[in-house]
Amino acid sequence: MSRARWLAEELGPPLAGVVGLIAIWAIVAAVTDSAAIPSPSVVWSAFLDGIRDGSLPDAAIKTLIRLAFSFVVAVVSGTALGLALALNGFARRAIRPIVVALQITPFVAWVPLAVIWFGATERAVVFVAIVGSFPSMALATLQAIRQVPPLYERAGRTLGARGWSLYRKVIVPAALPGVMAGLQQAWGFAWKALMAGELIVAAAHAGLGHLLDPRRGASVPTLFAALAVIVVIGVAVDYLLFGQLDRRIRRRRGLLVET
Amino acid sequence: MADAIHTLAERPSAPAEPKLALRDLVVMRRTASGETITATDRLTFDVAQGEFVCLLGPSGCGKTSLLNVLAGLVMPSSGEALLDGRPITGPGPDRAVLFQEPALFPWLSVLGNVELGLELTGVPASARRDIAQRWLANVLLERWADAQPHELSAGMRQRAALARALAADPDVLLGDEPFGALDAQARELLQREVQRFWVGSDDRKTFLFATHNVREATLLADRVLVMSAAPGRLLEEFRIHAPRPRDLDDVLIARVVSEIHTLLMQEVDASVAREMAR
Repeated sequence: MSRARWLAEELGPPLAGVVGLIAIWAIVAAVTDSAAIPSPSVVWSAFLDGIRDGSLPDAAIKTLIRLAFSFVVAVVSGTALGLALALNGFARRAIRPIVVALQITPFVAWVPLAVIWFGATERAVVFVAIVGSFPSMALATLQAIRQVPPLYERAGRTLGARGWSLYRKVIVPAALPGVMAGLQQAWGFAWKALMAGELIVAAAHAGLGHLLDPRRGASVPTLFAALAVIVVIGVAVDYLLFGQLDRRIRRRRGLLVET
Repeated sequence: MADAIHTLAERPSAPAEPKLALRDLVVMRRTASGETITATDRLTFDVAQGEFVCLLGPSGCGKTSLLNVLAGLVMPSSGEALLDGRPITGPGPDRAVLFQEPALFPWLSVLGNVELGLELTGVPASARRDIAQRWLANVLLERWADAQPHELSAGMRQRAALARALAADPDVLLGDEPFGALDAQARELLQREVQRFWVGSDDRKTFLFATHNVREATLLADRVLVMSAAPGRLLEEFRIHAPRPRDLDDVLIARVVSEIHTLLMQEVDASVAREMAR
């Protein structure tokens, strides 16, 4: 298959979906003719304005720096915790329920506490993003390790792997696809929690979430433009980075059925 | 000239220390439903250094449990499992295992799999590649060194697993129905390869394979141990003195096969009758 053809088959359907969505939006905007639902073209010019006056790029860069920091902290701590829980049965029984509780706690619920602890600062926002994403990373890592087929462990042990070398050479590589899924999920949670934090913690100036804050008195088209940027960044990272990485790992292992 | 001798009753005194020895081995096993069952019941036998022994028995006769104990993956409930006279306490580089599934690691290339086995047994990095490539050539897979395991056929995967197991130069090769999942041609090819390695190794290695295939056992083994249905005990022992490579069409081999087959079928029928009577 040629590269152009592959791109068309790969990107065609999702692109068709987006175009369809924008079309419906345009129709709804035209029919309702309300200031609450601006048309795509009005939002597009608001987006261009935001680019021109620098407010959107500034906000996006601020947000992405916070996100990168929170995500790295969440992934490192979550993976380490998941590994520790997989290794130690007592720790697993003691700590796993707490992590599950954290996982199902809505991240927005952390915002008031974060503000009390850290003040209405950038640190509060980052805290919310970390707390919102590291539990899913820890649980996914734990799950991935516990689902490694026992045959790999037995084969590894008969080949001479034991203790740490068994983990490093057999168990962890075998668990990698599951850990990747956790990474993708943690990304989604970090992104959402960060947006919620930025929106509510007004003093965490100039993030993308902050642009959504109605207290700023921003125009509706600007709100739409900011929302679109948030969605596009979220999808792009999810699809282009994690999606492709995941496909690569699974294709190498023969786990991907090519259609 | 092939002939089979039943020797369980005579039990000749072994001249040298056996390579592997089981003494009244009892292995209890928990089933998925949580029930504890006796997999092997006071099993006693020896395997001499350089001997090729096949364990034959109906499915569920404890062959896998027994091999797991010898591999060091499972501890016996009572009795002893000895390697060179010392109790087996865990896996070791002196024993390699071939499972029914090839158990190749899917994140490594075929060559990477063989190299990992060498790495784990402490072969220095500089020597690994050469040894691994030589072993892949031995099993006719040198062209597939850089392929991923899923790109190979089932028979090729099991040959790669054989290369991985033998590359680390173990004294003992344990096989848990290693060819059980293969088609007839792949199975035959592997049986030939295994015979070639066993006959060809100068300090002859000790092979102990579990199988439920009578022809396979008769083709490969110096000695065939026939086990009862669960809980596994030793029923009968056949010594097979026939030159190698052996041919199933050989009249005497065919006679041994049919004799063992008859015994095995009697045991299967008897075990079914025992089940029904319960």
